[in-house]
Amino acid sequence: MSKIVVLAKQVPDTANIRGNAMKEDGTVNRAALPTVFNPEDLNALETALQIKDRTGREVILLTMGPYKAVEIIKQALYMGADAGYLLTDKKFAGSDTWATSYILAEAIKKIGGVDLVVAGRQAIDGDTAQVGPQVAEKLNFNQVTYVTALNDVTDKAITVERDGEFQTEVIKARLPLLLTVTSAANTPRYPSARNMLRYFKADIKENIPAEKRAEYERNGWVIPTLTFADLKDINEAQIGLKGSPTKVNAIRDIAVQGGDLKMYDPQLDGVKALVRDLMKQYVEVQS
Amino acid sequence: MKTAVFIEKRAGTERLRNVTLELTGKAAALMKPFHGEVVGIFVGDRLPEDTDDLFKYGMHRVVFYNNAKLKHLHSIAIKNIVAQFVKSEKPDIVLFGATHTGRDIAPLVAAQIYTGLTADCTQLVIDDYRDKGKILYQIRPAFGGNILATIVTPDHRPMMATVREGVMPLPEQKSNNTVKFEELTVDFKDEWVKSEFLRIIPKISKVDLSAANVIVSGGAGVGNKEAFKMIFQLAEALGAEVGASRAAVDFGFVEKDRQVGQTGSVVRPKLYIACGISGSIQHRAGMEESQKILAINKDPDAPIFGIAHMGIVGDLKEIIPLMIRYLREEG
Ligand SMILES: Cc1cc2nc3c(=O)[nH]c(=O)nc-3n(C[C@H](O)[C@H](O)[C@H](O)COP(=O)(O)OP(=O)(O)OC[C@H]3O[C@@H](n4cnc5c(N)ncnc54)[C@H](O)[C@@H]3O)c2cc1C
Ligand SMILES: Nc1ncnc2c1ncn2[C@@H]1O[C@H](COP(=O)(O)O)[C@@H](O)[C@H]1O
Repeated sequence: MSKIVVLAKQVPDTANIRGNAMKEDGTVNRAALPTVFNPEDLNALETALQIKDRTGREVILLTMGPYKAVEIIKQALYMGADAGYLLTDKKFAGSDTWATSYILAEAIKKIGGVDLVVAGRQAIDGDTAQVGPQVAEKLNFNQVTYVTALNDVTDKAITVERDGEFQTEVIKARLPLLLTVTSAANTPRYPSARNMLRYFKADIKENIPAEKRAEYERNGWVIPTLTFADLKDINEAQIGLKGSPTKVNAIRDIAVQGGDLKMYDPQLDGVKALVRDLMKQYVEVQS
Repeated sequence: MKTAVFIEKRAGTERLRNVTLELTGKAAALMKPFHGEVVGIFVGDRLPEDTDDLFKYGMHRVVFYNNAKLKHLHSIAIKNIVAQFVKSEKPDIVLFGATHTGRDIAPLVAAQIYTGLTADCTQLVIDDYRDKGKILYQIRPAFGGNILATIVTPDHRPMMATVREGVMPLPEQKSNNTVKFEELTVDFKDEWVKSEFLRIIPKISKVDLSAANVIVSGGAGVGNKEAFKMIFQLAEALGAEVGASRAAVDFGFVEKDRQVGQTGSVVRPKLYIACGISGSIQHRAGMEESQKILAINKDPDAPIFGIAHMGIVGDLKEIIPLMIRYLREEG
């Protein structure tokens, strides 16, 4: 049976910025942000696990990132994924969405026997929603974006609901296929205690002391890594900073700045003054 | 120079989406100093009824790929057609709406052509770049809206970008370009149609936040669905439309189509009243361009006060009823 690959990214928790993640000037201290499993990638994983529940298909998590991203691979194993690959290499650093999707697609080819890829709609650090479709293009797969529900699953096609903004579209999409899933699609399951006990020691090969290798392998605790050298057909000129068509020209932090703010007293008189100013404002608005 | 705009109909209608006109106006403004051309591409079974508007907003020419099979969003087919268009027309810039359709097709096209695509741009500027001559500076919020990044595509063409609806204001000035259509011939392959659209269920929505002059929005701080009626009453007293934060929507206080923010509507009313809304980055992304902002919040440190022009610190359950009363008395 063909395998399912879930694409997931470990991201800074940009949604909950508070406390020491704020610098004095009101900008964000990126280094101080905790990292999380990108929220919609959990919905992607849940979609894949539901397909696994129905068909018994193998679910493999694939993430490209630094060693720390092993954390989300373990989280996926706890939730019920069968395996997870860490795609990591200095040569991958600085990749934009084009280069990232190229590397991910080559890794999926290397894993082999994959006819369904499930990604999150977008990652909360970049919010581009591009990597999923670009992986589909590079694999020459069919695609459905903005998936909000999983309906039927057969060997040849998957029926999903798609958020078409002004309409819901019920689509029967032929495999091989890539889906991008939104947070509306499901509620991700909790990690199971059994899987946590089973995998809590899991780690990449490079981190396992030689004398423990055999034990780790026997127990399925070795998280496989894929590096540049493993991706045979990849063109080095098209990855990393150099291979990326887009370049970041400038970055400006946005400080939460105090503008000219007029405060009103919450008591009767203040509310009266506010309403009078609003009416004035409102007259201007209407004219 | 040449800029291409991907033309979209509003699903369920035969009319153009606002974002298409906004992009046309922007493209015309970008091309003007260079006497450049603005070309539209439309893929589908029937042209929108109001294509005249495209020319009024400065489009020079529309290329129409007409195929009865392409009534729905057949991503792979549409991508191949747009990619062929790009290869033969060689535009310098290609703009898509950051709609669910635009964000489905644009990344596929960019991936096939090997060029850069910048999502959700809030500003587009043409200027010199090192030794490359004039290029497009694509400015966008990133990192949950905490930074503004300027992205460039120096060595690949075309330079591609998406822009959300409501972000680029519609220009006032209308041109008197002559109406010009061309049909595009494409070597269409039936195997490009890889999905079957079993059913289309229209979403029923009467809410149009983008057109409202005044919006009263409620957040988690409103507390419950019953209390949210207060927001509707205040809106009624002001002749305003009702908006909400995602937290208010998630708690079920109000329908999803009233959500303002990064994953809801982008609004720029003349007056925006935020009641019990903390002012998260994602919420601000949808409303901070409002002309005047009034914040009502019991927490004096709520980030919303950082962008508000008028503020009142206190319990909205006391303040709003008072406001409604005085509004009615004064009005
Ligand atoms: C990818 C992503 C996309 C998102 N998109 C959006 C989006 O489009 N729109 C959006 O709004 N959010 C969005 N969010 C969610 C966002 O991060 C916040 O969680 C949300 O905006 C919070 O809503 P809120 O301000 O109503 O609630 P809270 O943050 O809980 O704030 C409630 C406020 O009410 C005040 N309050 C409480 N009681 C009272 C009272 N009695 N009187 C007066 N004030 C009171 C509190 O002081 C507080 O400031 C998104 C998040 C993510 C991760
Ligand atoms: N480095 C990565 N590793 C694995 N998957 C990724 C990576 N970056 C992006 N993705 C996938 O692509 C989706 C869209 O990401 P983005 O285009 O960055 O918004 C994410 O939700 C993930 O499913």
